[in-house]
Amino acid sequence: MDPREAVIRDRFSSVRRVVAFASSKGGVGKTCITCASALALKELGHRVGLLDLDVTNPTAHIVLGIDPKSTEIEEEKGVKPVEARGVEFMSPALFTHGEPSPLRGGEIHDAILEMLSVTRWGSLDYLLIDAPPGMSDEVLDVLRYIPRLEFVVVATPSPLSIDSARRFTKFLLDEGARVLGLVENMGSGSLESLCKSMGVRYLGYIPFDPELDRAIEEGRIESTRFYASVREICRSAFHSL
Amino acid sequence: MHEWALAEAIARYAESVCSSRRVSKIVVKLGTLQAIDREVLSFALNAILESDGIRGAEIVLEDEEAVFRCRRCGATWRYSDVELDEALREAIHFLPEAVHSFVRCPRCGSRDFEVVKGRGVEVAEVVCGDGSEGGSH
Repeated sequence: MDPREAVIRDRFSSVRRVVAFASSKGGVGKTCITCASALALKELGHRVGLLDLDVTNPTAHIVLGIDPKSTEIEEEKGVKPVEARGVEFMSPALFTHGEPSPLRGGEIHDAILEMLSVTRWGSLDYLLIDAPPGMSDEVLDVLRYIPRLEFVVVATPSPLSIDSARRFTKFLLDEGARVLGLVENMGSGSLESLCKSMGVRYLGYIPFDPELDRAIEEGRIESTRFYASVREICRSAFHSL
Repeated sequence: MHEWALAEAIARYAESVCSSRRVSKIVVKLGTLQAIDREVLSFALNAILESDGIRGAEIVLEDEEAVFRCRRCGATWRYSDVELDEALREAIHFLPEAVHSFVRCPRCGSRDFEVVKGRGVEVAEVVCGDGSEGGSH
């Protein structure tokens, strides 16, 4: 018998709100938006954590400027998240050191259970989860195990992304998940009608920012227009609640 | 200690199995892949059970050797045969699935292998009450 499930709820008892950033399609900017949201919410005065649950391809550490190989893991009745620019941070990358991590479904499930059961989050206002694309093990597991979970759906104006976002949001609503709303990345407001048709809140759009990649590389995402847009979305979507 | 978090999970699980009855014995399998410190786990488990008002529960820890099977070529091998530096073993201690990042099939070199047994912590048996109640799980 696997005992780990028995303790997961306790691990989130010090966290006020848990919000997963998710999408059905890859490449829509989830990781950048999740990381920028974490930094923006911290800037707005909140205590924030970020959990990268993209088990086979974690990348949030790149945006936050963490080098997994040189980051020391501390233990204190569990595994302590590391500190990344004022944000509590946990990622499978801290243990795979940038090496390939090819895992099948059962192994992904095991890795998620392990991280959820042994990570000791501090007292947080927000724990943001960077979920991998799709409706596979990671999303199904967070839905199953994490209490009071809320979702932000990320999409772009691409017809492929729009169709995926519609399907993904329908799945979440059918599962009874709480959907905070949808963020449109690299867009100009065209997904508002999609939100209306699905009955979910349109949280806002983030225009394409050609400077973003360079800013991430130089560790200064906060200086970008991308970040300013995300901060405004956070201010209205989270901060006011 | 990382072991403390797993001890909590074992204690909570055993308490949920026994419900209102006392936990009298817990048998735990320790997969050698996770390289759990037996003394720390045992100390933590006793301390957590005692803090929950459960004294004198018998704790049995049994090692289970980690064995891998390659999904590409079918080769099987043991974790104890793998040469790995201490930092990587520690990463695997924290997250056993990290083994796929650092270990490859000795025959064909694939990372697509299965941990057949000995991954981590499993509860093999919980006995409730005085043991005569047939409360094993």
